[in-house]
Amino acid sequence: MAEQKFDLIVVGGGPGGYVAAIRAAQLGMKAALVEANHLGGICLNWGCIPTKALLRTAEVYRNIQHADAYGISVQGASVDLKKVVERSRKVAAQLNGGVGHLLKKNKVAVFDGWGKLAGGPAGAKKLSVEKDGKKIADLVAPHIVLATGARARALPGLEPDGKLIWTYKEAMVPEAMPKSILVVGSGAIGIEFASFYRNLSVDVTVVEVLNRILPVEDEEISAFAQKAFEKDGMKIRTGAQVKTLKKKDNSVTATIEKGGKSEDITVERVILAVGIVGNVEDIGIDGTKVKVDRGHIETNQWLETGEPGIYAIGDVTGPPWLAHKASHEGIICVEKIKGEKDVHPLNTSNVPGCTYCLPQVASVGMTESKAKEAGHEVRVGRFPFMGNGKAIALGEPEGLVKTIFDAKTGELLGAHMIGAEVTELIQGYGIARTLETTEKELMHTIFPHPTLSEMMHESVLDAYGKAIHF
Amino acid sequence: MPVKILMPALSPTMTEGKLAKWLVGEGEEVNSGDVIAEIETDKATMEVEAVEEGKLAKILVPEGTEGVAVNNVIAVLLEEGEDDAALDGVDVSAPPTGGNGGTPPASSEPSAPAPTAPSAPARQPTVPTAPAAAPQPAAAGGGQGGRIIASPLARRMASQAGIDLSGVNGTGPNGRIVKADVEAAIAGGTSAPAAAAPAPSAATAAPTTAEKLPFEPEFELEALSTMRKTIARRLTESKQQVPHFYLSVDCEIDELLALRKTLNDKGDGAYKLSVNDLVIKAAAIALRRVPKANASWTDEGVKLYKSADIAVAVAIEGGLITPVVRQADNKGLEAISGEMKELSTRAREGKLGPEEYQGGTFSISNLGMYGVKEFSAVINPPQACILAVGAGEQRPVVKDGALAVATVMTCTLSVDHRAVDGAIGAEYLGAFKTLIEDPLNMLL
Repeated sequence: MAEQKFDLIVVGGGPGGYVAAIRAAQLGMKAALVEANHLGGICLNWGCIPTKALLRTAEVYRNIQHADAYGISVQGASVDLKKVVERSRKVAAQLNGGVGHLLKKNKVAVFDGWGKLAGGPAGAKKLSVEKDGKKIADLVAPHIVLATGARARALPGLEPDGKLIWTYKEAMVPEAMPKSILVVGSGAIGIEFASFYRNLSVDVTVVEVLNRILPVEDEEISAFAQKAFEKDGMKIRTGAQVKTLKKKDNSVTATIEKGGKSEDITVERVILAVGIVGNVEDIGIDGTKVKVDRGHIETNQWLETGEPGIYAIGDVTGPPWLAHKASHEGIICVEKIKGEKDVHPLNTSNVPGCTYCLPQVASVGMTESKAKEAGHEVRVGRFPFMGNGKAIALGEPEGLVKTIFDAKTGELLGAHMIGAEVTELIQGYGIARTLETTEKELMHTIFPHPTLSEMMHESVLDAYGKAIHF
Repeated sequence: MPVKILMPALSPTMTEGKLAKWLVGEGEEVNSGDVIAEIETDKATMEVEAVEEGKLAKILVPEGTEGVAVNNVIAVLLEEGEDDAALDGVDVSAPPTGGNGGTPPASSEPSAPAPTAPSAPARQPTVPTAPAAAPQPAAAGGGQGGRIIASPLARRMASQAGIDLSGVNGTGPNGRIVKADVEAAIAGGTSAPAAAAPAPSAATAAPTTAEKLPFEPEFELEALSTMRKTIARRLTESKQQVPHFYLSVDCEIDELLALRKTLNDKGDGAYKLSVNDLVIKAAAIALRRVPKANASWTDEGVKLYKSADIAVAVAIEGGLITPVVRQADNKGLEAISGEMKELSTRAREGKLGPEEYQGGTFSISNLGMYGVKEFSAVINPPQACILAVGAGEQRPVVKDGALAVATVMTCTLSVDHRAVDGAIGAEYLGAFKTLIEDPLNMLL
């Protein structure tokens, strides 16, 4: 088979891979993208985007249930699950097509198949592409970027079966609405599904092995979230472990151990959300100098693996497993390869995290306890949604904006928010952190009234004892 | 018509400064050229001269005011025959600096007894005297144009740690100095300590501590002045980037010494020419004869100067500076001598203006008075040549096959090979030697 030569090949068409390929093409490189399933990857097809479509349904339904408070009487509102799922799939399909169009527009050669490293001539790397067990292409380039992503992690005894025990993928396309669900794991994925199903009136129990839900978030936010979810009827067991899952025809009995005591609960479905693991198998890295540590490819700050000419970006390189981190790494990696000036390594502490549960959670930088552990003397500001006019007008008075500053330098060490639309607000603090502003610049910034963003201002003011509205 | 005196820009990048002192009080008469105020910037203290004569009618910005924006009206001068009533019509707001805004001129008051003047013409005072910072500083301190680009956090951390950001290397977007750079500077001690206060001229910061190396004896750490940093930076650049080569020649100066004596005797104390004055003149005339040596390398091309402006290194407290004798080839020896004396005196007082120490086309460094026989100087960029002049001393020389004694002065030319080749350098040095050994040639 004749080898096709490229300047750069990307393996994996998710938000890391397709962005890397487009950037390479923009920089004048002849770029190829190899994708085995869907352009857009998990994010677009089975992750970020379709879940946002589902959660929007949950939000609309929730608002309808509270319509009376807004002076609207609604009767007989009900959820048509088939339509809900259909909408979510349509949204994903639309964006999937969009990615294909972008790649085409940028003249990226797209190969529909499974890419696998296959040695290569001196100074170049070869990638063989297979489809349905048959080789369809041999690609050669001096640079190959692995963007193969990650998948749900399975724990011994907690293996998904796709019927009763789901991963995110099945949870996204339910055929019928289960009456009860057990969610194992309370990270962003687990909590989003728990929130979705709970808001559609499913009996939801969340089990978290650590002592609080959303364990990467600030403790105060975790506690606030737990209270809000429990108020909505979600059952939450922290510091608890699912020991066994016993399957019956249409139900699963879980044995949950907490503080030495055992408890059995029976649910219709289980969603496993106990972390994810990199897709490092069968991509031809065995025998190369690419190093894998606990399921993730190791790279340096420029996304170079141990094997010259082979790079890795996104979820396959480890946490934070976030689409925007993958995209950003793709751009850094490609620009560095191309020798662009002014390329800077990714600062993971500037990667914002968003969870689209109801209420939403968003954060960037260090939690209060992490900041203290790191030896910072901190100044903490808080501002509740209750003190914000827009929040009251929206009928969303529950929430909190918390900011953490270094008492000495005024560095914004972290910002943590919970409440309506906070995922849209967090980038303000992201910019502040990237520009390395101090509290002064934030205080001097004029936030428009009436907006939720005013709380971001007030929280900063509060850290310095100057809050006006609380 | 009242004349508005504006806050001058002492450098192209200056946006504001401190009005340190008024030297003239309200109601006092000033003549054109009188120093009326002192302005302090982060780099230096400068004097403001009056450009018109008249009466300083009103001081609008009191002394000690910091952060006075460039082009703000700082005082108003009344010209001869005007009285205070004329002030009524004067708009004292800053003139518009850009396309938008700008304060409209105040309307004149109809009740004013004197015919009210329209807005006074704004005139910037000239700023002639700047205590020197360093030899030919292009832009002292961090980055082009002098503006330090740093994040607010980096600025605050630097100020807390006493780090001068001008010595910190920025690694952020577009070379912006970010937190990590300041942390590296703190950890590595790579940066100079900052001056405690906006230091006038080349004042040094309080000495601070530096890491003591193993087995190193006790020391006192002398803080780096702006001048010292500029010298370090420019000369390091020169030695690292300019391909130097060196040409030496021995010049017999007996005739020159004789001529000097004759001329000085004639002057009867009105002037006293030094050997160096003659060397300046000879170096300048030689440039006219070998114009290709009067050059400067740039990436775009080699600049060939049309004027022989000789920069002469003068040692001053804490460093050195190179005042320039412009068009020295066209000046008489008496003029050169007088100018040199005056420039050196003001150099030592730290009162040279940038136009007096920048823009030379060729440098001379003379260590003869210290008895140095010969040495090689570091090229003073962007100039292509510098002449290192040793002491004139009696040495045995061979003349017509016989040993004789002559006063010999060894001169070494350091040359930037990018702009000037060996043959041109040699030709130049030959021309110089001819002029020095047969100084009457200089009269031609």
